[in-house]
Amino acid sequence: MKTGHKRKKIRSQDGIVSGILIYAFIVFILIITLYPFINVVALSFNDSNDTAAGINMLWPRSWTLENYRRLTQYENLGWAAFNSVLRTVGGTVAGILCTATVAYTLSRNDYVFRRSIGFLFLIPIYVSGGIIPYFLLIRNLNMMNTFAVYIIPMLISTWNVIIMRSFMDNLPFELQESAMLDGANDFTIFSRIIFPLCKPVVATVSLWIAVGHWNSWIDTYLFNAFSPHLSTLQYELMKVLDSTNIGNAAGRALMNPNAALAARMVSPISARMAITVVVILPILMVYPFIQRYFVTGMTLGAVKS
Amino acid sequence: MTKSAKQVNICKKRITPSLLNKQKILMLMSFPFLIWLIIFAYVPLWGWIMAFQNYRPDLGIRNSPWAGLEHFRRLFADQQFHEAFRNTIGQSLFLLAIGFTMPVIFALMLNEVKYLRFKKIAQTISYLPHFVSWVIVASILGLILNTGGPINTLLLNMGLIERPIAFLGVPNMFWPLLAISDTWKNIGWNAIIYIAAIASVDQALYEAAAVDGAGRWRKMWHITLPGIRTVIIILLVLNIGRILDIGFERQILLGNPVNQSHSRTIDQYALEYGTQMFRFSYGTAVGMFKSVISLILVLAANRFARKLDAGVF
Repeated sequence: MKTGHKRKKIRSQDGIVSGILIYAFIVFILIITLYPFINVVALSFNDSNDTAAGINMLWPRSWTLENYRRLTQYENLGWAAFNSVLRTVGGTVAGILCTATVAYTLSRNDYVFRRSIGFLFLIPIYVSGGIIPYFLLIRNLNMMNTFAVYIIPMLISTWNVIIMRSFMDNLPFELQESAMLDGANDFTIFSRIIFPLCKPVVATVSLWIAVGHWNSWIDTYLFNAFSPHLSTLQYELMKVLDSTNIGNAAGRALMNPNAALAARMVSPISARMAITVVVILPILMVYPFIQRYFVTGMTLGAVKS
Repeated sequence: MTKSAKQVNICKKRITPSLLNKQKILMLMSFPFLIWLIIFAYVPLWGWIMAFQNYRPDLGIRNSPWAGLEHFRRLFADQQFHEAFRNTIGQSLFLLAIGFTMPVIFALMLNEVKYLRFKKIAQTISYLPHFVSWVIVASILGLILNTGGPINTLLLNMGLIERPIAFLGVPNMFWPLLAISDTWKNIGWNAIIYIAAIASVDQALYEAAAVDGAGRWRKMWHITLPGIRTVIIILLVLNIGRILDIGFERQILLGNPVNQSHSRTIDQYALEYGTQMFRFSYGTAVGMFKSVISLILVLAANRFARKLDAGVF
């Protein structure tokens, strides 16, 4: 009896030590996750002369809004913000409607082309033509230096179709059957019955599409670098980062006069941090409220794949 | 309708004109996207023909002169391509070593947390970096790795270094840096699937183990890990299949002329030759070479993963 008591005590003590280790590990991960964001925000509100004395801070030492005021010097930032918002809103609305439409036709077991179209959508997951043929395609379609290049090539992603389709597959077919008997056509059934029932998955996929649009800069870099009024916020930040590296800027200037222009501007760390905050702000603001939708979809997709 | 009627003969017999007529709205709903798919996914594949030509934009694919395998021969002889190939593999291996294992460990640790509120907050915070762009990560890295930044300050204070290090200016550090920053960005997000898998492990096993006197770590080692082994192995195999698909986004953002010898990947090499030097055919050949090897790897990995899956269930 005595030994039993002793064993129990030892075990619980072991549990405390390992428990502390586990919490310490998680807290460490959380600190390294959050610290950089806090440092960026603090620097963006800190006086740039003071910043020169040291950049490690969790709270502005010398509070100012000057860094943000100075952003107006980047004359292109207004266009960039406008385009980023427009492509995020427009691209998401167009993307979700197209994705849902395709997903619906592929969820109809009686549709004669279901298998063949589904197969054609699946292949691009495994093999793509590569960046150069794609670049030339966009060029030959005359989509270089257009806003359309932000929306049209991004309309549908096969992964999102798969996720939406698997959600629709789980809806009871009787819902559609009765409408069919009433003589409703397939589009009416989709738009009036199925799409409204897909709200949870529509929310998740819309958020993914929106984040993808907001975060994208490669398309601006490749296709719209010569059209300042078609720039995006991510690309503007990328140019600013690029210009802080002298060797980089000189190399890029050869192909991209826009980058060379940015290189001539002085971009001290304070201004850089202010732009970073502007670019990240929408994500940070909506994140706490919508993060559960992201995760719902992730588990939904994980179960399927 | 004539187009779809034509397809009837090729497809199955049960397709009748009346059925097609009945489903014409479904066809109207899907065919425009089929055209979209052909343009944006299949036309680039057709562009692979350029790899065997000396493509000239003014002549187009139809009239450009043929080059045979010349571009591939030049590719295999190019030292810079060897370097890009090595970097692609090296970066991917570092990513597998750190970026693949850390989420598993994080999920295992989170599973031990009994305060649900803390667990939930920890998870929410850990997903956050997944949703910021790589441009933001590059900006953050520029700050964190700054010679006066937190990492250098910490290392100086600990006496591990005597002088601040410009990390992005050291070629040898690029692979681990890329892997660490990717892990930082995705650790929480990639842990979700393991957390879901852990939740479905039979709870009776833990109770039985507790009766036998097994502690926390033994339960983790003998029950939790074997319970999610299948998921881990399948994801590992799929990740290995994608080893060449590391892309060029992060490399453009974090790379610079100094660390280029270790940052430039196959995709970036193709991009630079194709769009900056306008050697379209050569760039296409590079991309095609990568895509074909990648396809073989992915198909092999999928097959292997399916076999594992079937073997367990």
